[in-house]
Amino acid sequence: MIEFFNEYMIVLIALLLCVIMSIIRVIIGPTIPDRVVGVDTINTIVIVGMVIFGAAYEEVIYVDVAIVYALLSFISTLFIAKYLEGGEF
Amino acid sequence: MIFDIIIYIFLGIGVFFNALAGVGLLRFPDVYTRLHAGTKCTTFGSIFIIGSVILIGLKSWLFSNDTNGSVLAIHSAFALIAILLTNPVGAHAIARAAHKSGVMPAQAVIDELQDKPTEKKTGQKTSSKTAFSKKEGEL
Repeated sequence: MIEFFNEYMIVLIALLLCVIMSIIRVIIGPTIPDRVVGVDTINTIVIVGMVIFGAAYEEVIYVDVAIVYALLSFISTLFIAKYLEGGEF
Repeated sequence: MIFDIIIYIFLGIGVFFNALAGVGLLRFPDVYTRLHAGTKCTTFGSIFIIGSVILIGLKSWLFSNDTNGSVLAIHSAFALIAILLTNPVGAHAIARAAHKSGVMPAQAVIDELQDKPTEKKTGQKTSSKTAFSKKEGEL
């Protein structure tokens, strides 16, 4: 049985602080690309957190979720960027 | 054990660079420098953190004959490849969209991308190549 609080939880708490700093930028960002940059950073940190969860609980399925999340966040970032350019789709 | 020491060092380096990304995202003055901090530092930190997870999987595969370890290592490597392929492309798209939607860098006076890229001025090599140089009197 794996205990709930092992040493990878310290890494996860540090990553949570990084996510909180990015959320502050998303809230107070002056322009729209600032917020998009914050959301992109949050996406990358969440992918890393999912991989750390997979290593901490020894569940491989979390890492598969991280792969799918990476590809979907990439597509959403490209879509928002295309929308900001104002071009036709 | 030498594997544990390497794993903890990699975790420390990765967390440090992710924290640098957060601080840079808060402290830098405009969109392009924030993008520089938020993308490069998270990519570099992700390489080290997922590399440590790969080492965890390899350790449990080699030393205790656990086949879940090899699956964990290979799938983490695929996640790392996905991050490495998609993160710079997304950052490039955001920077291009920010420039096209009219966001200028802080303290910039010359915008070299404003002209059409088709009209080339090949003959003259002027001093306008110093993009984003500071205006001396007015700042």
